Amino acid sequence: MTSLPSSPAPKRLGLVIDLDICVGCHACAVNCKEWNSGGIAAPLTDLDPYGPEPLGVWFNRVHTFEVGEGAASRTVHFPRSCLHCAEPACVTVCPTGASYKRAEDGIVLVNEELCIGCKLCSWACPYGAREYDYDAGVMKKCTLCVDKIYNETLDEIDRVPACVATCPATARHFGDLGDPNSEVSKLVASRGGYDLMPELGYAPTNKYLPPRARRASLEKDTPAELAPAVPAGSGGFLAWVDRLLSG
Amino acid sequence: MPDSGSQQRDPEIAKSVPVSDEVKYTTCYMCACRCGIKVHLKDGSIRYIEGNRDHPVNRGVLCAKGSAGIMQHYSPARLRKPLKRVGPRGSGEFQEIEWEEALATAVEWLGAIRARDPKELALFTGRDQSQALTGWWATQFGTLNYAAHGGFCSVNMAAAGLYTIGGSFWEFGEPDWERTKYFLLFGVAEDHDSNPIKLGLGKLKGRGAKIVSINPVRTGYSAIADEWIGIRPGTDGLLVLALVHEILRAGKIDADYLAAYTNAPWLVIDAEGAADHGLFARGADGAALVWDRKRAAIVSASDAEALPALTGERRLPDGRRAVPAFELMARRYLDPRFAPDAVAAETGVPASTIKRLAVEAAHAAFNEAIVLDQPWTDAHGRRHATMLGRPVAMHAMRGISAHSNGFHTCRALHLLQMLLGAVDTPGSFRYEPPYPRPIPPAIKPAGPAEAGKPLAGSPLGFPHGPEDLLVDAARKPLRIDRAYSWEAPLAAHGLLHLVVRNAWKRDPYRIDTLFLYMANMSWNSAMNTAETMQMLAERDEASGEYRIPRIIYSDAYASEMVAYADLVLPDTTYLERYDCISLLDRPISDSDGAADAIRQPVLKPDRDVRPFQDVLIELGARLKLPGFVDAEGKPKYPGLYPDYIVNHERRPGMGPLAGWRGSDGTAEGLGAVNPQQLERYVEHQCFWRAEIPEEARFYKFANRAYLDWAKAMGFIDRADPIVLQIYSETLQKFRLAAQGHGAAQPPPEHRERVAAYFDPLPIWYRPFEESDGSADYPLHAITQRPAAMYHSWGSQNAWLRQIHGENALYIHRATAAAHEIADGDWVSVVSRHGRIVVRAKTMEGVNPDTVWTWNAIGKRSGAWNLDPKAAESQRGFLVNHLISDLLPPREGGYRYANADPVTGQAAWYDLRVRIEKAPAPTQVSEPHFAAAASPPLAARPSILRYGAKFRPQAKKT
Repeated sequence: MTSLPSSPAPKRLGLVIDLDICVGCHACAVNCKEWNSGGIAAPLTDLDPYGPEPLGVWFNRVHTFEVGEGAASRTVHFPRSCLHCAEPACVTVCPTGASYKRAEDGIVLVNEELCIGCKLCSWACPYGAREYDYDAGVMKKCTLCVDKIYNETLDEIDRVPACVATCPATARHFGDLGDPNSEVSKLVASRGGYDLMPELGYAPTNKYLPPRARRASLEKDTPAELAPAVPAGSGGFLAWVDRLLSG
Repeated sequence: MPDSGSQQRDPEIAKSVPVSDEVKYTTCYMCACRCGIKVHLKDGSIRYIEGNRDHPVNRGVLCAKGSAGIMQHYSPARLRKPLKRVGPRGSGEFQEIEWEEALATAVEWLGAIRARDPKELALFTGRDQSQALTGWWATQFGTLNYAAHGGFCSVNMAAAGLYTIGGSFWEFGEPDWERTKYFLLFGVAEDHDSNPIKLGLGKLKGRGAKIVSINPVRTGYSAIADEWIGIRPGTDGLLVLALVHEILRAGKIDADYLAAYTNAPWLVIDAEGAADHGLFARGADGAALVWDRKRAAIVSASDAEALPALTGERRLPDGRRAVPAFELMARRYLDPRFAPDAVAAETGVPASTIKRLAVEAAHAAFNEAIVLDQPWTDAHGRRHATMLGRPVAMHAMRGISAHSNGFHTCRALHLLQMLLGAVDTPGSFRYEPPYPRPIPPAIKPAGPAEAGKPLAGSPLGFPHGPEDLLVDAARKPLRIDRAYSWEAPLAAHGLLHLVVRNAWKRDPYRIDTLFLYMANMSWNSAMNTAETMQMLAERDEASGEYRIPRIIYSDAYASEMVAYADLVLPDTTYLERYDCISLLDRPISDSDGAADAIRQPVLKPDRDVRPFQDVLIELGARLKLPGFVDAEGKPKYPGLYPDYIVNHERRPGMGPLAGWRGSDGTAEGLGAVNPQQLERYVEHQCFWRAEIPEEARFYKFANRAYLDWAKAMGFIDRADPIVLQIYSETLQKFRLAAQGHGAAQPPPEHRERVAAYFDPLPIWYRPFEESDGSADYPLHAITQRPAAMYHSWGSQNAWLRQIHGENALYIHRATAAAHEIADGDWVSVVSRHGRIVVRAKTMEGVNPDTVWTWNAIGKRSGAWNLDPKAAESQRGFLVNHLISDLLPPREGGYRYANADPVTGQAAWYDLRVRIEKAPAPTQVSEPHFAAAASPPLAARPSILRYGAKFRPQAKKT
């Protein structure tokens, strides 16, 4: 089985995903597929792309579902990709060392040269973040756009994962979650960002920001209805209106 | 097995490989949003498409559709060469021909028509983004039978807005995302406009503004709203008028705004039965009159010194009575029938909720008013030290527009905005240049057609009164789609949905050639799809001739419509051509600046295809249409569309593009032709934007600095203030005509209808399909646009079809339970018009009286080069089969279009159905149509390894 880095750097790169403003538009999923189709894990093969059962490799998928019933029910848009866990079972379960966690920044990657396609990692990952490429016979997964975020041929501002750069609602953020003073860590602290299924003990790096409290009303003491401008029955509304006018 | 010792060093990764050899900027066309994109090219192929951070529309972001542009560009559904039909219509049997033969054929057909009677050509251009060209081409050809797809889409919004506030939602204005505190979103799913709304919602959420989404279905935007109101379809207008009732009752209105900027104080003649009853009292100069509170006298509304009254009956100099429009309006909506308690049952929204919405809107507008420290001068020369804002913004789209009561519903929305002082003030809805424009807009529809001659003006425009309709001496329609007739007087976008039937029926006359561009009229762009397919393919029994004699179709893809064409002109993809996103057409401006853009060819076509706009210009030259040839008959634009974009002048100094004009390229808006203009656009990321001066950014309708700027830019002809219209005199003119006044009157059979629906104040009525109160069809059925799809284009895309490859009928859980329907069951959905059998899915977030599905997922088997067994054609479906294009026969048997009676907007959201469990389980949705033959296309790959060749290679470790 594969070991985790014995002396990882404090840097833990990851994503912060804001469920308050994700509208479930799939922009992140498609732009991810587009970038990574030409990236270090290329191609993201699509089987039967124009046929009855298209089956493609996607590093990022958006699930939309409802929770609750009646007035309490909510629709949730939930983007799901590798969480780059601190304790990733997908790595420790790997029999060949193909699946590994980078010591320098915590990104979990697959070394395809070592991958034998046994799929143990996909069984081990409770988040369903592994994507098997049946054509290539190897496991693939979110790379956190490692070939974009460090790409010195790009302008600095463009060195963020594709899903973050493209998100139309700006619901996705990227940064060092190992640094408590980073923008993403501060965002997590201020918004009560949480781990997905922390009880499993994999210590995900990515964080989700919960929906903000919905604003039922604009302020606490607003009345239930507007008060009439003139006393009922006085019949004077139209006469009263011109008093609203200046001059 | 590796252990910790053997895995100390991470493998080398090729982290810094150049992404591309070249980056080209252009404009997206994966929907109507028209975002700026950067296309990365590597080894001659597309490596990556990303949003352009500098672009005013999308600010760097890009949606799922735009991100799937690679698959759109390389789609195996792309047509490859011109096609001539060799089998029967609808068979899909074609022969490939050379362009010369294709063009010569078209010229032969069109030339004969033009010499005989130009209106025998009907040119309808679907989701065209080049209407400034296509409309002008129709004018020069001489046919009035021209329109794009707006009659389906949003003409209720556009017309109601332009006749009320001189602008509209969607492309002519936007919420003040930076400042609004209360945002009401009506009937908006993903559509229009895509990325700016998402960017805006993110901003509002970050600022803590409250978002209320009013929509029968809780998808995308509604899911993140602070409050979702699952209204019953078609009742939004009633809800809005109840809000109007509430704020009037409470006096929570911006009276100064109404008096200064709207026609609320204008005196309306009260002389029942007279020819000018309900029109504005006007002075000798034609200006409307108001009662001046200061001088206690009737004065001109344009008198800057006046303090106009909003109420009070007055005596006109001729002794007749007149009352301010405000008073008529207030009397109507203060009526208890508009009280929240009176409308709750109809709308499905509890009265307490309606009352609370009114409290919140009033609170935001008046208790949280914004004052910008920005001095400005109004159109009367009065200096204001600050700008007062009402931070209540509204936006609306298809849920409002696609109903037969949509025009008035949209007018009701604008009335609510005006009452709150929330049109183009800080925090409210804001215009985007070139809007606002005079009300109504100046351009009137042109007709009739004359043999061998151009049309006198634009085929599409805005009637100012009954005299501007396109009807003949017998008061019958002049246009094939009956636009601008008494059946659809304000049909500002035409009626694409009536063209096929009327051409088939030869009513009001026979046309020879139906010329369509990007309009999938045999499938998802038709109501009554199955019968439409028959009409397209039906022959006249006696002559054997097709009832629609000739059909020319241009599209980039093998859509369902291709099989019904006689001649197919294959278009390029959006990455293979020049385009202009023109201010003369559908602008991409924002509320702080005017903008336009181009597309430039990013790749050369690898097929024998040509840009439709090039083809149209070539046809224009070959037909020797005025404007397309010079005095010697030589082509005026030998360089085709890019030549036209640069050198065409609509009038001196005004061309398709507003940037880098003038001989030295420094002029903006108006200026001489600049031969280097396209080069300048390419150098500037393919867009141009001019900032509105700071003091000109609000109150644009009455802001001296804005009006002068807009005139200098060529957006408006005169820098006069634009007075917002709570009361529409134009509508009253039509009503008077229906009541027997004036020279242009409707024929008797249309009078009652015109009189009823041309109310000068907003009205609400039940959508027509529901108006008989029938219990046989107790449910509404509507569609929603998925965020990852744009009409039928998206659902053939190898990536996007993995997101939405099939659709289900979504039913509220309780409603489904009452019908004993469970998830995955097959159900019959029955309307007055038809029946479909589809799979059901239950959910909570939908109005219990409403079923819905995603738009345009269903495909005809074999179309678009998908496998004939693709899910889109097996389990996917259209609700179009349930929607009639006509209303049931009225007395005398006549059938009106299933449309709004004011604008002719297709009322496809009016649909009423019943559902029942399908008698027998099935695997294929019904109706199902056998596959037509496919035109010659590239082979469909069974495995797609796109991008494999780009994979960066790491050094071996």
